[in-house]
Amino acid sequence: MKQVGPFRLDTGEPSGAWTLVVSAAAILAAFVAAGGIFWAYGLNPIHAYAVIVHDTLLAPGAFPEIFRPTIPLLLAGVGLVLAFRAQFYNIGAEGQLLAGTVAATGVALFTPIRGPATLPAMFAAGFVAGALWGLLPSVLKLRLNVNEVITTLMMNYIALYFVSWLVTGPWKGPSVRGFAYTDQFPASAWLPLIPGTRIHWPTLVLGVVLAAAFAVLLARTRLGFAIRVQGENPEAARYVGIDALRTTLLVMLLSGGAAGLAGVGEVAGVHHKLLDPNQVSLGYGYTAIIVAWLARGKPLATLITATLFGLIYSSGDVMQVSLQMPFRVTSVFNGLILFFLIGSERLLAYRIRWAPAGAPASAPASAVAPSPPSGEDP
Amino acid sequence: MHPASAPSALPSVPPSAPVRLAVNEITKTFPGVTANDRVTMDVRGGEVHALLGENGAGKTTLMNILYGLYQPDAGEIVIDGRAVRIRSPRDAIAHGIGMVPQHFLLVRRHTVAENITLGLAGTRFFLPTRDVERQINAFAERYGLRVDPRAAIWQLSVSEQQRVEILKALLRGAGILILDEPTSVLTPQEATQLFAVLRRMKEEGKSVIFITHKLDEVMAVADRVTVMRKGRVVDTVPVAMTSKSQLARMMVGHDVDFRLPARRPGTGAPALIAEDLWVQSDRGLPAVRGISVVVHRQEIFGIAGVAGNGQRELVEALTGLRPVDRGRLTLGGRDVSRWSPRAMSKLGVAHIPEERVRMGIVPPMTVTENAILRRYEEPPFSRGPLMDYASATRFAQQLIVEYSIQTPSPRTPARLLSGGNIQKLILARELAHRPDLIIAAHPTYGLDVSTTDRIHRLLLERRDEGAAVLLVSEDLDEIRILADRIGVMYGGELIAVMPAGTDRGTIGLLMAGQRP
Repeated sequence: MKQVGPFRLDTGEPSGAWTLVVSAAAILAAFVAAGGIFWAYGLNPIHAYAVIVHDTLLAPGAFPEIFRPTIPLLLAGVGLVLAFRAQFYNIGAEGQLLAGTVAATGVALFTPIRGPATLPAMFAAGFVAGALWGLLPSVLKLRLNVNEVITTLMMNYIALYFVSWLVTGPWKGPSVRGFAYTDQFPASAWLPLIPGTRIHWPTLVLGVVLAAAFAVLLARTRLGFAIRVQGENPEAARYVGIDALRTTLLVMLLSGGAAGLAGVGEVAGVHHKLLDPNQVSLGYGYTAIIVAWLARGKPLATLITATLFGLIYSSGDVMQVSLQMPFRVTSVFNGLILFFLIGSERLLAYRIRWAPAGAPASAPASAVAPSPPSGEDP
Repeated sequence: MHPASAPSALPSVPPSAPVRLAVNEITKTFPGVTANDRVTMDVRGGEVHALLGENGAGKTTLMNILYGLYQPDAGEIVIDGRAVRIRSPRDAIAHGIGMVPQHFLLVRRHTVAENITLGLAGTRFFLPTRDVERQINAFAERYGLRVDPRAAIWQLSVSEQQRVEILKALLRGAGILILDEPTSVLTPQEATQLFAVLRRMKEEGKSVIFITHKLDEVMAVADRVTVMRKGRVVDTVPVAMTSKSQLARMMVGHDVDFRLPARRPGTGAPALIAEDLWVQSDRGLPAVRGISVVVHRQEIFGIAGVAGNGQRELVEALTGLRPVDRGRLTLGGRDVSRWSPRAMSKLGVAHIPEERVRMGIVPPMTVTENAILRRYEEPPFSRGPLMDYASATRFAQQLIVEYSIQTPSPRTPARLLSGGNIQKLILARELAHRPDLIIAAHPTYGLDVSTTDRIHRLLLERRDEGAAVLLVSEDLDEIRILADRIGVMYGGELIAVMPAGTDRGTIGLLMAGQRP
C-alpha cells in the first residue's frame, strides 16, 4: 500500500470493472499514439479520426463492412481463448486458418461433392485440417517438451508457403491465365450473404455459436474442468491424474479447428477461390491473438473484442482509400494496441482508492501531511 | 528442544544492556485485517530475542516493516535512540538491520562469493569477489559459519545456504539480525550449530530477532521472548522466568493440551509393501535406492530425514506420480508398480502433497472446485460430460463445516485462504473418501499450533479406524509424537527403522548420515 497525494494504492484482485477501465484506457492510449503516426504522415490526427469514424460507421453501407474481418477474427480468437485457458500458447492460428482454406478449396474444386452438401463438407474438411495443423505442435510439446510458441509459429510459415506453392503450381487454375489463383469455386461452394451486405452469415453464426459453446464447455463440462485445472496449475493436474496429453490434444483440436473454420469462411464467403496466402488472410490469425488476449479467457468476450478489431481492419480500408495510407497501417494499430495492453497488465494488480490524509487509520501518523515525495533518507 | 543446549549454558543479558531497536505502537492494516495492532517491543544489544506466535499472529508483518518491505500505518521505529523511517530494504541495511528469509534468495548457479557480492556497496568494478572472499573467510572464522566462498549455491546443503544468507547480512554490516523460522529446514544437529553461531553473535554485542513458533527453541536459545497473538503483543518476558506451558498459553490464548489421544494397541495386516524400490530423480539419477518397507493398517510409519534425501521421489512413486524404476509396489495384495495417480487414488490412496499450493490446490479456482478435484469426474459431481456444481457445492459446504475450514464462501478462490485452511481443505478432500493408505508429506509444515494439533488428531483418528499412514516429515517432534515406527532416509536409502520412543539424538545422527 502506498499513499500518493490523496489516493491510496492497494494491491489485490482486479475487479471486472477495473479490468474494463484499464483495457479501455490502454486502447485509448494506443489511439493517441497512433495519432502521432498520422501526424508524422502529414495528416491532422483529429481530422483523420473524424474521417475514419465517418467512413467506417456512418457512411451508407459502411457499418456492415466491420463484420467481414470480424468473422475470421471471432472464429480464430475464440479458439485461441480456449488454448490460452489450457496454458497452451498457440501462435499458429494463421497457419491453422490457411490449412482450413486449403481443405475447403480441395473439397470445392477437386471432389465430386456438389449441391447442398458442398458447404457442410467444406466446413468439416476445414475444421479437420485446422485441427490437424494444431496437433503436431501439441504432440511435440507434450512428448518432447518442445516450446509450442516456436513450433506453432513455424507451422504458420509452412502453411503459408504451402498455399503459395499450391496456387502457383499444382492448383493453379487453367482458366485464370497468368494469375496465381485456383479456378473459381462452383456456385454451390459460395456462402450466402446477408442481402445488401458482404457478410457471409453462416460463418458469423458459426462463430457466435462456437463462442457460446466454448463458454459452456469451460464452465459446465468435465472436459472444461480438466482444461482449467491443467491451465491454472499443471502440477495439480498431474497430481490428480488429469491426462495432460489428452486434454491438450482436445483443446488444440478445437482451437485449430475453429481457425480452420475461419479459413473456410474466407475462401467460400469472400474470395471464392484460393489465392496468395497474404491476400486470403490479412494476418487474421495473428490479430486473433490480441482478440483472445483482450477477451481475458472468456470466450463470449471475443464477440466484443473481435468486433473491435473488425472495426480497426475496416478503418484500415478507410485509411487506404480516403487517407491514402498503406493498408499495413492496421498492423501498426494492432501492434500499438497489443503493446499498451501488455504494458497495462501490471496496473491490474493495483487499485486506486480515494483516501485523503485526514481519514482515520489510513494516514501514517508520523507523516500526516501528504507531502510530495521528499528527498532520500540520509 | 535440545537438552544439550539448555538455557543454563547461556549468560542472560543484564537488564541494563542498552536498547538497540524499539518499535512503538506500530499499527498496520490490510484490507479486512489488522496485522499489527499497536505493537510495542524492544531489542537490546547482545540479546537473542525470540518473537513467538502462531501463523497469522503478525510476526512476519512486523519484521517486513522493520526490513522496509511494508510501511506502517502508524507508530515509530527507534534505532539507537533515534526515530527512523525505513522505506526499503536498502534503508534497513543502512540502519544495520539484516534479514535471513525463510525461503532463501540466492542465485543457484552463482558461487557463494558472487551471491554475497551481488548488491554489496563499495566493491571493485573488476573482479569484485576477490576482496569479498577474504571477508567471507574472516567472518566465517569469527562466527563459525564455515562455507566455501567458491562453491556454487546449488552444490550446498540447505543449512550451508542458510549460512550464506547470514553471511550476506553480516557483510552488509548488520548489527540487528532477523531470522525468520530458521530451524524449519535444519536437522537437530544443524539447529544446534546455528544456535552456537547466534551465541557468538550475541557475545559480539549483536542483536538477534528469532522468529519461531517452536517453544523448545525459544527455551533453548532466547534471552527474552515477545509473544504475539492476533496482531497484538501479549507480553515480553525473560525466558528464565517462564515455561513452555505458560508461553503456549500466551500464544494460543487458552490452555493447550499437548497430550494426544492414547494409542490403541495393535497394528493390522500389511497394507503397502515396497520391495527393493528404485526411483529416479528429475535429473535421471537414482534418488530412491532399494527401499523395502511394509506399512500396516492401523499404523503410522514415520519417515524422518533432511529434505532432498529421496523422500519426495519416494512419495511420488508411492502415489503413481513417478515411475518405479526397479522393484515392486504392492497395495492391498495388488501389484501397483505401474499404476497412474488416478488409479491409485481410486484404490484408496490419499496424498497430502509436500507443496500444498504448488501441487495440492488450483489457487485461482474456488474452494468448491478444489474440494472435488480428486473425484470431479465421478457422480455426483459430474454426470456424463456435464459437471454438477450444485452437488459439488453441497459437498464443499459439508467439508467446510466438518473440517472447520475458514472461508468466506465455497465460491472463494482457494488462493485467498490462509496456509492452514488450504491444508485443511486438502486433508478434507483427501480423507473424505475414507482412504486405506494415507501418504502425508510434511503435513503441518509452517502451520500454527492449533491447526497442527487438528491435523495430528485427524491422522491418528484415521489410523485408529484402520488406515495405514506413511508420514514424511522433517519435524522430528511430529514424527516422534505420531509415528508407531520411525524410519530414517539418507541418500535415498532407508538406513534404519526404529520403534516409537527412540530418542532425538539417535534419530538426529542417522539423519546426518551416521549409520548405526
